[in-house]
Amino acid sequence: MNKRSNEPFLWMLFSAGGVVSAMLMPVHLFLFGLAFPLGWLDAPSQERLLAIVRHPVTRAYLLVLCSLPLFHWAHRFRFTLYDGLQIKHLNELINIFCYGGAVLGTALAAYLLWSIP
Amino acid sequence: MINPTEYLPKSYHTRISTYWWLTRWAYLKFILREASSVFVAWIVVLTLLQIRALTDGPAEYAELQKWLQSPLLLALNAVSFFFVVFHAVTWFNLAPKAMAIRVRGKRLPGLAIAAPNYVAWAAISAAVAWILLRG
Repeated sequence: MNKRSNEPFLWMLFSAGGVVSAMLMPVHLFLFGLAFPLGWLDAPSQERLLAIVRHPVTRAYLLVLCSLPLFHWAHRFRFTLYDGLQIKHLNELINIFCYGGAVLGTALAAYLLWSIP
Repeated sequence: MINPTEYLPKSYHTRISTYWWLTRWAYLKFILREASSVFVAWIVVLTLLQIRALTDGPAEYAELQKWLQSPLLLALNAVSFFFVVFHAVTWFNLAPKAMAIRVRGKRLPGLAIAAPNYVAWAAISAAVAWILLRG
């Protein structure tokens, strides 16, 4: 019997990550990366932001925001290297780097969110 | 003895240039879309740095905000913003092709599937901004 492929599962993570990145990342990056540093809008204080982030719902939200897009990245980056640069002989190493990175990133995010006082 | 396999023709493979994606706009667009994933990963890194600084305290948080004001980081984030919006638009426009929804036997037009995505995008962005900006 053939080993069942885990490709559909990885594709699902890719797809979910694509939705999360598309829906949430533009507004987050616009505010924290451009509007606040450039003074276009008044940034919330550290104290207020910490109060928001401390809430369990925000922690769960941030875990999703960090985790799924990493699996989205892993999938796309893997195929960019595969098709774009045609480095197929390194396929296994690339897979370990991409999905390993996504798993590590998720673990790091969980740890950071868990250790918020 | 001669090894016969040495003389068998290799399977026919045309050599494709490493830069094949530069030859056509559609190909370039495809690679740019795929490349957007690198900026998505950067945004995750940035978010994790923010969470850590926020936990570490006001001084650490202020330091990170100062770093984000440097020209290099502003340029990087401007480019990242372009790519992540490019990702969002191409993603929503692709939704009708990925989902073939039929109503009373007729396939729903692409716009009917793409449009709700854009509405949700606007509503969610407004909600996030409202939470961060009020008071």
